[in-house]
Amino acid sequence: MSALQEIVDTQPIETTPKKYMALGNYASIVVVILLCVAPLIAKNFVIFQMTMVLIYAIAVLALNILTGGSGQFSLGQSAFYALGAYTSAILMEVGGVNYALTLPIAGGICFIAGYLFGLPALRLSGIYLALATFALATAMPQLLKLHYFEAWTGGVQGLVITKPDAPFGLPLSQDMWLYYFVLVVSMAIYVASVNLLKSRSGRAMMAIRDNEIAASAMGVDVALYKTLAFGVSAGITGVAGGLGAIAVQFVAPDSYTIQLAIALFLGMVVGGVGWLPGSIVGAAFIVFVPNIAEHFSKGLSGAVFGLILVLIIFLLPHGSRQIAYTVQGWVHKLRK
Amino acid sequence: MELLLNQVLAGIATGAIYACMALAVVMIYQAIDHLNFAQGEMAMFSTFIAWQLLQWGVPYWGAFVITLALSFAGGIVIERALFKPLGNAPVLTHVAGFIALFAIINSVAGLTWDFTIKQFPSPFGSSPFLGSQLISTHQAGMIGVTLVLLLLLYFFFQFTRIGLAMRAAAAQPESARLVGINTSWMIALGWGMAAAIGSIAGMLIAPVVFLEPNMMGGVLIYGFAAAVLGGLSSPFGAVVGGFLVGIFENLAGTYIPGVGNELKLPIALALIVTVLVVKPTGLFGRAIVKRV
Repeated sequence: MSALQEIVDTQPIETTPKKYMALGNYASIVVVILLCVAPLIAKNFVIFQMTMVLIYAIAVLALNILTGGSGQFSLGQSAFYALGAYTSAILMEVGGVNYALTLPIAGGICFIAGYLFGLPALRLSGIYLALATFALATAMPQLLKLHYFEAWTGGVQGLVITKPDAPFGLPLSQDMWLYYFVLVVSMAIYVASVNLLKSRSGRAMMAIRDNEIAASAMGVDVALYKTLAFGVSAGITGVAGGLGAIAVQFVAPDSYTIQLAIALFLGMVVGGVGWLPGSIVGAAFIVFVPNIAEHFSKGLSGAVFGLILVLIIFLLPHGSRQIAYTVQGWVHKLRK
Repeated sequence: MELLLNQVLAGIATGAIYACMALAVVMIYQAIDHLNFAQGEMAMFSTFIAWQLLQWGVPYWGAFVITLALSFAGGIVIERALFKPLGNAPVLTHVAGFIALFAIINSVAGLTWDFTIKQFPSPFGSSPFLGSQLISTHQAGMIGVTLVLLLLLYFFFQFTRIGLAMRAAAAQPESARLVGINTSWMIALGWGMAAAIGSIAGMLIAPVVFLEPNMMGGVLIYGFAAAVLGGLSSPFGAVVGGFLVGIFENLAGTYIPGVGNELKLPIALALIVTVLVVKPTGLFGRAIVKRV
């Protein structure tokens, strides 16, 4: 209310130096081996859950690029996830396209949608941007229910998708094949994202995140990179949505409400904002913690979930990357 | 023409609910610089406390005052227990904290008072107001209370020492500390006031939407939208925003073909986003000038 209040110098997103955004080589190899071996000893349902973890990890990663990379906050990721899921589902069931081919199309459509949404979003920041993206997330399920599109989307009922078999007569169950398929896609996306953030474009985005005015003074095209970040993030989320539709074998408007967007947001915070490997930790949180909470007490599952979340943010306000840094510190000490 | 007038009146009536909620949202935003996602749940919980007191035979205004005091204390306790320890954690971590608070309160209220819909009495009765079928005395009373609240807040912030201290603590924490203001307690006070205003909003809204643990879901969304539309730095803007959102919503539902109840919310939000694109700090908000 006072004049003084107008000179607020806030830094909403923590700054992460780019060399800390990814895991080191050894750590990466260990994680990949673990992810490859894990399904061999797990039951089918657990494999399905792990597949979902990987898929959500992709979506959390996408949000991480947007928020941790370019400093824009979004509660609308569920809308792009839904768009990707429906694109894949419609192409597969109505168009008869191979499931693997639907993913790049879903990603492309979502990239365009995200880029276009990024244009008006340029005018907004912080809380105002959160509200705009929130509007998108609440509108999406309602739009999918509209009877104009019912011939394709199946309206409120949604669409049922057939699960793909392993190709070339490989002796793998459907769940196991899908797991490895998702694993390959997510690793490709992870590597591409790390490289993106290390590149000139990534540096430009981070410069905008850290100080928009300074970045534009240095010649960074702020509008271009902000909308690009939205596009890339939406595109990756779309791929995750497509994979999610294939894994769950079903799309319906009510699977993609604002709750999904909030879950993805929580995943990002728990994983560590701006730390890409944390995405998988955050995704594991999204998939497993509600189940654990339910296990403790049916009636109070919400409270247990909340308490676990509070505990995590108390102990690790910077998310799982705090653990990673600590471990890294120990390793350095041991070497010396 | 009469249809238009009727719809605008009905919009103002629902707008009063949103205005109330938006006022609480702006209050806490002034004090802590965040949007509190658990605000609606806190209001819902307060309303349940009032309902419980009424069930025990406490007269309405007695229950009203006790609820107000309890909510005020509750808000301070939440700040001290949950958000003070978070301290300088990143903003997004705080937002995760709000979401956790939301889940906890919702679940505890559901377990204590279960999910059946309950009636909540209105102090103003529900007969037609001045012979009009569109606004009941309760809704008129609600508008009145909101305006009185706004006036009181204005006086509090403009003309009292503690109001000035709160503004200083929110705007310039470090300078405020240097002149001897206990900024940490000012934030706690802000939480307490926001919780108390929220409880008033809850008790006014409950006769209209009925009392149950999820009653605030929709209202809070509109409340946020109203607060953002009016500009988060302005309590007056929040109230105006509340009425505007109510009117928007009703007119969109009536005049745009194919918009049923389902599409009312997206259309209202889309309109708000359009307004924001033209005026990024809300209708009455002041632009924040950044120092580089």
